[in-house]
Amino acid sequence: MVYVVTEACVDVQDKSCMQECPADCIFEGGRMTYINPDLCIDCGACVTACPVDAVFYDAELPSDQEHYLELNERFFAEVETPKNGRKAGKIFFDVDEIAALAPRGKA
Amino acid sequence: MPTTRVAVIGSGPSGAYTAQLLTEESESPVEVDVFDRLPTPFGLVRYGVAPDHPRVKSITTSFAEVFEETPGLRFLGNVHVGTDVSIDELRSHYDAVVFAHGAPLDRRLDVPGEELARVHAVREFVSWYQGHPDQSAEAFALDGRRAVVIGVGNVALDAARMLVREIDDLRRTDIPEHIVDAFAASTFEEVVVIGRRGPGFAKFTNKEFIELLEVESTDIVIDPADLELDAAQQAHVDADPAARRLLTTFRKAADRGILGRPKSIRFLFDRTPIGFVGEDGAVSGIRLAKTSDPSTIEVLETQLALRSVGYLGKPLDGLPFDEGTGTVPHLDSRVVDGGVVVPGVYVAGWIKRGPNGVVGTNRKCALETVTSVLEDVAARERTSTASTAAEVDELLNSRGVDVVDWHGWRAIEEAEGATGASVGRERVKLHDRDEMLRVAAAHRSLVGAPGHG
Repeated sequence: MVYVVTEACVDVQDKSCMQECPADCIFEGGRMTYINPDLCIDCGACVTACPVDAVFYDAELPSDQEHYLELNERFFAEVETPKNGRKAGKIFFDVDEIAALAPRGKA
Repeated sequence: MPTTRVAVIGSGPSGAYTAQLLTEESESPVEVDVFDRLPTPFGLVRYGVAPDHPRVKSITTSFAEVFEETPGLRFLGNVHVGTDVSIDELRSHYDAVVFAHGAPLDRRLDVPGEELARVHAVREFVSWYQGHPDQSAEAFALDGRRAVVIGVGNVALDAARMLVREIDDLRRTDIPEHIVDAFAASTFEEVVVIGRRGPGFAKFTNKEFIELLEVESTDIVIDPADLELDAAQQAHVDADPAARRLLTTFRKAADRGILGRPKSIRFLFDRTPIGFVGEDGAVSGIRLAKTSDPSTIEVLETQLALRSVGYLGKPLDGLPFDEGTGTVPHLDSRVVDGGVVVPGVYVAGWIKRGPNGVVGTNRKCALETVTSVLEDVAARERTSTASTAAEVDELLNSRGVDVVDWHGWRAIEEAEGATGASVGRERVKLHDRDEMLRVAAAHRSLVGAPGHG
């Protein structure tokens, strides 16, 4: 059981969640933020902090967002990250699927 | 650079974050003494967060790191502010005092029969099963058939879930062995969760509700008719993503239906408690009026009633208090009395913003407080007039206060680990305050150290 950042975060990266995450388990990637499932403590602070409703508990993921469970996990397998997401700063990396998304307009 | 000395009252999440952020954010040296009325730190993480939520509880690991690794940060447990040391004394001994003592009281329903035995604030029940020293081991006997929980927040669901949880699951937690035994002997078959309004306004999170559905021993009973929302609920759900997610899961639960499991949790919406019925001084029923049609009244038989309608701050002698909100009035976390800022006194956490939010909410809250404290410290013209750590120890010592410092707490923790190991669990909490104090004192006499930590 873990919380997952989904597509609504892409090119938004508001980062309010990072201020409230007590475990500092949220990392700022290139185009979205990712939750490290090994560090997440299941508290849910990120859900209410997110202004674009991008964070879901894995068991409540909408069906078209279910792959984000794996995408969040994979980020941490593919890139070296420190222990603390808040102190890590921006990490200029995304998993392939996110890097390949068309830019999301800030219309 | 002169050292600033700050007292933080309360070592729960808001107090722990305040202490951490004070030392992290300050550009000049800061020493922080964190007081707690209990011999143990971490407040509601230890005694509030449900025992079957070990991942949330694991935040104590990072709080502990802060206490262990930050020079000048001390834990002073078993100190009662207001009795052992007054607020005025704290103000004179420290440059700043931050109150982060939470919301230790409960809202009442104010209905007839509320004083009957076996009508409790949910906090008492939670404290009991968490092994809080303020609740005796015998405070609850689970020998009824139906329990009611009044309220639809996460705490209400925690209590309901604990009442139906499989005993094997409880044996994986840190709750005292005698509490596990009490649950094993429980005869409760049904828990009814009562909401004043409809499901659209339920306050617990979708995650908490999903967890209920995962308890294998238990049917979740929801009347599908309740899920046909009226206009007010629909408008709320449309505007609130959290309510929308929850409603989706309510629908799943209603679709799952009743599976004939041995226990059940039933949701009863649109009901306002108007009184309790008693037999031999103990509750035997709850009187409910339909909220949408108050002339419709029913009596639901029950042998245990837990009201979970909100925590409330406690007025402290010498600290302003707003009875209406149950919080201490403040401006940017600076305590105000009649509109005037009280110099050097601040608030953080529930006593500041009311009882809401999760653990992480308190970090943001504490950061606001710390920002104000450090602004005031920087603007201050005189140097610190605070007493030294040794002087504070001397004061408490002269009053016979049996301070449990960080090492004392670690000794308690070790004893809890050993108790756990004896029954194949990682940790089993000590329940009795005197026992905790004995363990901490035994450690002290062993190392012969004064109260530094």
